Amino acid sequence: MARRVVAPLRRLGGLLFSVALTFLGLTCVTFAIGRFMPIDPVIAIVGDKASQETYDRVYRELGLNQPVVVQYGNYLGKIAQGDFGNSVMTARPVVEDLVRVFPATIELAFLALVIGVVLGIPFGVIAATNRGRWPDQIVRFLSLVGYSMPVFWLGLVGLLLFYAKLGWVQGPGRLDVVYDDIVTPVTGMLTVDSLLAGEHEVFANALGHLVLPASILGFLSLAYIARMTRSFMLAQLEQEYILAALAKGLSPWRIIWVHALGNVWVQLVTVIALTFGSLLEGAVLTETVFAWPGLGLYMKNSLFAADLNAVLGGTLLIGSIYIVLNMLSDLVYTMVDPRAREPN
Amino acid sequence: MFKLTRRQALAAFSAIAPVASWSPQVEAATPRDALVIAKAIDDTITLDPGECYELTGIEICTNLYDRILRYEADDLNKMVGGVAESWQVGSDGKTYTFKIRAGQKFMSGNPVTAEDCAWSLQRVVIMNKTSGFLLTQFGWNKDNVKDLVKATSPDTLVINVPAAFAPTLVLNMMTSIVASVVDMKTAMANQKDGDLGNAWLKTNSASSGAYRLVSWRPNESITLEANPNFRLGAPKLRRVIMRHVPEPGSQRLQLERGDIDVARGLTPDQLTPLAGSRDIRIESFPGVNNFYAIMNLKHGPFADVRVRRAVKMLVDYQAMANTFLKDRFFVHQTFLPIGFFGATPYNPFKLDVEGAKKLLTEAGYPNGFEVRLSANTNNPFPQIAQAIQQTMALGGIRVTIASGDARQVIGEIRGRTFQMAVISWAPDYFDPHTNADFFVQGEDMSDTPKARTGPWRAGWLIPELTAEMRQAAQELDGKKREQMYIDLQKKVTDDGPYVWMFQNNWVIAMRSNLQGYPKGLFEDQFFYRTISKA
Amino acid sequence: MQMRAWLLDPAPASRRQARLGGWYRAWLAFRRNTLGMIGLAIVLMLIGMAAFAPLIADPASALTQVLPNRLQPASWEHPFGTDELGRDILARVVFGARITLTIVVLVSVIVVPIGLMIGLPAGYFGGWIDAALMRVTDIFLAFPRLVLALAFAAALGPGIENAVIAIALTAWPPYARLARAETLTRRRSEFIQAAELQGASHVRIIATQIVPLCLPSVIIRLTLDMAGIILTAAGLGFLGLGAQPPSPEWGAMVSTGREVLLDQWWVATIPGLAIFITSLGFNLLGDGLRDVSSGRG
Repeated sequence: MARRVVAPLRRLGGLLFSVALTFLGLTCVTFAIGRFMPIDPVIAIVGDKASQETYDRVYRELGLNQPVVVQYGNYLGKIAQGDFGNSVMTARPVVEDLVRVFPATIELAFLALVIGVVLGIPFGVIAATNRGRWPDQIVRFLSLVGYSMPVFWLGLVGLLLFYAKLGWVQGPGRLDVVYDDIVTPVTGMLTVDSLLAGEHEVFANALGHLVLPASILGFLSLAYIARMTRSFMLAQLEQEYILAALAKGLSPWRIIWVHALGNVWVQLVTVIALTFGSLLEGAVLTETVFAWPGLGLYMKNSLFAADLNAVLGGTLLIGSIYIVLNMLSDLVYTMVDPRAREPN
Repeated sequence: MFKLTRRQALAAFSAIAPVASWSPQVEAATPRDALVIAKAIDDTITLDPGECYELTGIEICTNLYDRILRYEADDLNKMVGGVAESWQVGSDGKTYTFKIRAGQKFMSGNPVTAEDCAWSLQRVVIMNKTSGFLLTQFGWNKDNVKDLVKATSPDTLVINVPAAFAPTLVLNMMTSIVASVVDMKTAMANQKDGDLGNAWLKTNSASSGAYRLVSWRPNESITLEANPNFRLGAPKLRRVIMRHVPEPGSQRLQLERGDIDVARGLTPDQLTPLAGSRDIRIESFPGVNNFYAIMNLKHGPFADVRVRRAVKMLVDYQAMANTFLKDRFFVHQTFLPIGFFGATPYNPFKLDVEGAKKLLTEAGYPNGFEVRLSANTNNPFPQIAQAIQQTMALGGIRVTIASGDARQVIGEIRGRTFQMAVISWAPDYFDPHTNADFFVQGEDMSDTPKARTGPWRAGWLIPELTAEMRQAAQELDGKKREQMYIDLQKKVTDDGPYVWMFQNNWVIAMRSNLQGYPKGLFEDQFFYRTISKA
Repeated sequence: MQMRAWLLDPAPASRRQARLGGWYRAWLAFRRNTLGMIGLAIVLMLIGMAAFAPLIADPASALTQVLPNRLQPASWEHPFGTDELGRDILARVVFGARITLTIVVLVSVIVVPIGLMIGLPAGYFGGWIDAALMRVTDIFLAFPRLVLALAFAAALGPGIENAVIAIALTAWPPYARLARAETLTRRRSEFIQAAELQGASHVRIIATQIVPLCLPSVIIRLTLDMAGIILTAAGLGFLGLGAQPPSPEWGAMVSTGREVLLDQWWVATIPGLAIFITSLGFNLLGDGLRDVSSGRG
């Protein structure tokens, strides 16, 4: 009995320790990257024309005259106090920036995920139940197409077609100028905020901007979700209980969609969590093409501007999301399927 | 903070496109009382006029803050009073007295006094940020500036310039960004850790100019609201929104669809198809930016003036200006742009492969040499670099292109690690000294110079020319001063480390209902207040 | 036919015959996989295109600018039109295949050894070595790959070699994990214990016994990863961190073409299609190979 309590606690302790280690490694790698950037952070601040005196002062202000190890230590010390510093690029605290840009990415990734789940799971199920036949081949081909698509190019072609030529969707950015500043941000997600405020026109416009990038990212997640659903379902359909249920005369439709799918949901949740992580990654290029002011674009801009505090802050945010998602999926997995526990 | 109320926005909206929300195909339109400008604004890192030195920031600040003296929209070539209504130069040529206009108010309601002016100038020197050198070159520093820049009465500002400078130069400086007048009381009320309000002013305005700052969302938009009590009358449009649209293709699309009023930064490839449109008008007027390549004399071959001349003969200036730079640039081969005092149309170089080969052979490089050409990744630099690469190859010079972020290229040049680079230059204020001081100051080649000027970067030691440049800055006789600059330019063009290529035109595409777009030469003159909608 | 019989002999006379027979049977299984065969065809075409590039297109027209000839639509002379500096897009796409293949090959050559070098000892020795090596792997996995590659590429500066290094630095962790897992499952095998009893050194056992066993799954994983590598490289090129102008890297070509997308759609679209088809080819091939290896259809 005692073992059953202690073991999970010890496990949790070990987990926290390893997360802390991963974090430390994360800051270390990012910090090193930041320091080896070919862009001079002082020039990013003072520009080309500043006098040498000004340049030298800012150099000292940034602490660049100290050894790298000391700089790193100082940075860790500040983080421990919750101070992520100011961004050069935006002249604001990094935390404030992240709070502003992250909801835009969540909004985008969430809608993409919804598209991926709503279409991907049925596709996967259909493929599995028609294994080897043409619906399976089509789904398989579609997923491979999704895996192979350069997202930035698809975004450009999508803009050309649906915005420029057909006018079905709104262009780059999150909102038309006329709608700026009408809705007070609550969640930072414009579609949600506008609905909360009852501003239907704003909602329609925000959705019009959102739908194309989200569909493109959604297509990519669809590919992954459909494929994973297919293989989970294949494993289920070979199980004896399915054969038994069929023998008992239950409707095949019910067996497939209720019983079999019901048994793979945990695995599916894991896959969906991982997909969310990969959407954050896809967001860098998508947000660049669609001028979507989210975390991906923020990271890209701050990298190109050698804005070290911003890069580090964004990295830690993305890194922690990744760690949490990985942990969650591990946890769910081991909870449900004891065989998945690793022998060590 | 101001927000467009829901009713106002909806009223503006419903007047124009009542069914837009139900049918996304209906053309959108910008609000009738607002001006929406699309351009890249990602260079903006501060809107404090005491430190701001990025082009977008200067443009915004020129509309937010009034300056001691000004060039105004109705005559962009005539220096007039701004916050000061008149000025006098002392007989020693070192003391300047400005009389402050009566009855002006900051948007906070505080009166504009000589004390605000003095404090604003002192602040630039004390903080000594990027733009600080403009005023410290007068001989001002944080210890003496409070004595040299003083309000002797609420409406009298007296400044003393120890350094020897022609009065036109000093007065022109009073029209530049560092002479922006900040509301001292408001700024100081927001001071943090003795920063003279710097942190607060980065994202807020305390001004008496034509507009005030509503919001700056980094890499998204900058929104201004008109000052109804501006001394030259209320601006015609109540709001100005500058949107970050870096892609020329997107700019064009949004302009065609009416999502924006003005597109800045279209290339000939977007402009040509727009030319026939009834809804869109294209206005073009000269700018004052120079595009040039700089050669590092530390890279062996470039130390020989014949090699430098050969390189200048291995660039097909006209072919570029006729194709991918069409309308946006014209060939101009001296360091003073046309439109500046002292400028001259001196264009001695054109593509001449035979001539270049001859010079290279004389210099001992009959088979050419290798060189790395740094260029940033923004249009048109990659195209220019590739065009140069191709024509230099004709003379046997093998060019590898190293492209990178603009800041990276600047870092290489400032660090003197570059071999050759393509880059651009924008003047800081409306006097030839701004360019001459940078391009012709080369007497100290040590690792710790006072300023990392062009010659220092290129390793071009020119004490005599530097002395001539200094004399030109002090020359009181206008005619003589002009001739001195013309002579300087010819020498620099012929022998210097710069391959002068182009001067820019501003090509602005706008909705055809827009009127009164001012033809400013550079960011300090990009006024919004005269623009209206029909 | 005799060859075929020899290969399919159920009782091979030599190890070589057995191995070749195994390969041949796999090939027969793979041949029935239509999508996989399409993938193989695409990949072979890419390799052919890269190898015979100078025969297909004029190398000069891929690099030489003809400014008066810029942004021409498709014609007999330029089947895919010309780009913003008047260069032939067909020729650029053809020569771009070389760059893409170079990146893929270089990344593979770097990634597999790194992955094996970290994964094999981790699985073989276990204990703190395993813990330490896997911790490092986890740190790299706690990053979106593209963001990390972007950061490395930005830190190293633009250029093909640096893009390769940046991608390789982010692509190795799955291989380390794979190698570790494979090693773990074989660690206790009799033949390895037998080798240990014979006094073989650890390094020797890893190199001669375990590496060959890991390789098939690593190779399949690599084929499946190639598309990802191509897409990451193209993404870096698109953001200006890949190959330097004027080299015809596909991602960079899309990037320059976006400015004229509205009127000259082909400038961005054609190289984008090339990226898509190539990575689709690798994906189809890898997918087919995996099916064959796992015996699924």
